[in-house]
Amino acid sequence: MSMSKPVTVAAILAIATLSVCSAQTTGYKPPRIAGKPDLNGIWQALSEANWDLEAHVARPAMALRPGPYGPVPAAPVLALGAVGAVPPSLGVVEGGEIPYLPEAVAQKKKNQENWLTLDPEIKCYLPGVPRATYMPYPFEIFQNATSMFIAYEYAGAARDIYLKDPGPAPVDSWMGQSVGHWEGDTLVVDVKGFNDQSWFDRAGNFHSDQLHVVERYTRTSADVISYEATIEDKAVFSRPWKISLPLYRRQEKNVQLMDFKCAEFVEELLYGKWRKKPLGN
Amino acid sequence: MIHRFVTALSAVVMIFALPSPGQTAKDSKNWTAPRAQDGHPDLQGTWTNVTLTPMERPAEFKDKPTLNEQEARAFEKNSAKELQDVDGKSNHPLLAAAGSNGTGGYNVLFIDRGSELAKVDGVKRTSLIVDPPDGKMPPRTIEGKRRIAGMYKSFMTYDSVKDRPLSERCLLGFGSTSGPPMLPVLYNNNYQIVQTPDNVMILVEMVHDARIVRINGTHPPASVRQWLGDSIGHWEGDTLVVDTTNFTDQTAFEGASADLHVIERFRRVDPGTILYKVTIDDPSTFDKIWTMEYPFVATAGPIYEYACHEGNYAMTDIMGGARELEKAKTKQ
Repeated sequence: MSMSKPVTVAAILAIATLSVCSAQTTGYKPPRIAGKPDLNGIWQALSEANWDLEAHVARPAMALRPGPYGPVPAAPVLALGAVGAVPPSLGVVEGGEIPYLPEAVAQKKKNQENWLTLDPEIKCYLPGVPRATYMPYPFEIFQNATSMFIAYEYAGAARDIYLKDPGPAPVDSWMGQSVGHWEGDTLVVDVKGFNDQSWFDRAGNFHSDQLHVVERYTRTSADVISYEATIEDKAVFSRPWKISLPLYRRQEKNVQLMDFKCAEFVEELLYGKWRKKPLGN
Repeated sequence: MIHRFVTALSAVVMIFALPSPGQTAKDSKNWTAPRAQDGHPDLQGTWTNVTLTPMERPAEFKDKPTLNEQEARAFEKNSAKELQDVDGKSNHPLLAAAGSNGTGGYNVLFIDRGSELAKVDGVKRTSLIVDPPDGKMPPRTIEGKRRIAGMYKSFMTYDSVKDRPLSERCLLGFGSTSGPPMLPVLYNNNYQIVQTPDNVMILVEMVHDARIVRINGTHPPASVRQWLGDSIGHWEGDTLVVDTTNFTDQTAFEGASADLHVIERFRRVDPGTILYKVTIDDPSTFDKIWTMEYPFVATAGPIYEYACHEGNYAMTDIMGGARELEKAKTKQ
């Protein structure tokens, strides 16, 4: 495929970029709560990761169909024009590519080709981890001596990070069960107990219910958290792999998490055909 | 519906995990609340407002705002028996209220109203409403009556998803669990509070709403309308006072307008209790300002993920069923 060359170049660039912004070397001393770095605040990723974790060039739309001179936007997204285009990125995956098992590659491709019907984000389903972190919506960390809690604007997702391990998750869930501890100035969050329903991005990158995520949050300046997530899933990947990206503090004086109850916004998509008087096209 | 089942199970576990019925009024006089880092009382933890006490005082307790221990125990015992007696009788009003009228959908496993009446200062209450003193919601204005009638009518309308109640659409918890006011409902009355100097985050388990109270914040412009309104707080001595405005016109607690103004007071009164006092102010809906008071009692966690929308298979069935009924009628 003609895409492979730019992707390889991009991957090399990505590795170079990532190694420059390695987290713990800045010497920054964050303010503290009960002796630990203070992560309180409203944060947001500034990244194309939610479109596609891997390096990718810009493309006309998430959903494409073949045209006589190359792919064009698929009919359902055509009207969006430039708004529906995919912004390019060198990717956030260390090493450039996600190490799928051979049999899982086909599923990833199928997901990507059927993005409109399969991406849980389109249906406003809970985002899972790590996707919640780099969706284009802010999230808020609440931290004190005994608690760590994250509320996400997208879909009102929320996650308690237990600072004492309660043992295995009692039930699988979209957001998993998070257990946190500090390694030096880094908050390390071990997340298990996922269902197999969430995705990692809009490009169809996926996991099974064997998913195990280890996140690392390190404040590297007043307004930046360095975020890393190691992803392990023996049913889907040949080895653990890692993403890393910075999270930025929202600077607006009046910033607050607001309603993004998208369940309401997808009612027409999910249930519109059951209307007494269908709206038609 | 697996999420509901799991939640119900967790609720059942929680009943047994409740701390012993709390301290007596005498004990709590000498008790001071543990402090958060900033010196304010620490409201953190997992809480439930589950109670057998109804919002409005039942006719049988007219002029009787409280019950003595013996009366209370008799009432509580009777409630437990009543619940057992209705198991399997899905057309009974109690089960029908949970949406299982004639369908056999709910049995008593799903019902968790606790085993006790609300206890304030060591005394059992017969209504959550404390003002007006008769324990009844003040009469609605003409506009308020019109609004509540519209809501009841909508309950039996199936033309589009937008006709269905907000809870069925997974937008807010059933009843007014999400609040404010945060009221107990038939089951799943669990909350988690995480507190920092700048925020008090209240997670409502049902439909996973995280309400973020900004301490010493200011409300956004009136054009901003949110499902749970906009909550700001301040401390008055050891009481957290939360002021909520900017509601949507669909939130409509008891038929309230978008101008609803809710004032909540949270005060820790003993190791296992937050006393919650909430005032409802909406002149276009109610003739008078009214107030409820009841405890939030410490409960064992964890709070479960309530992935409502993700598992809302019932909505397709509800809407599809309505269309099938219409087809059947046309054929006749």
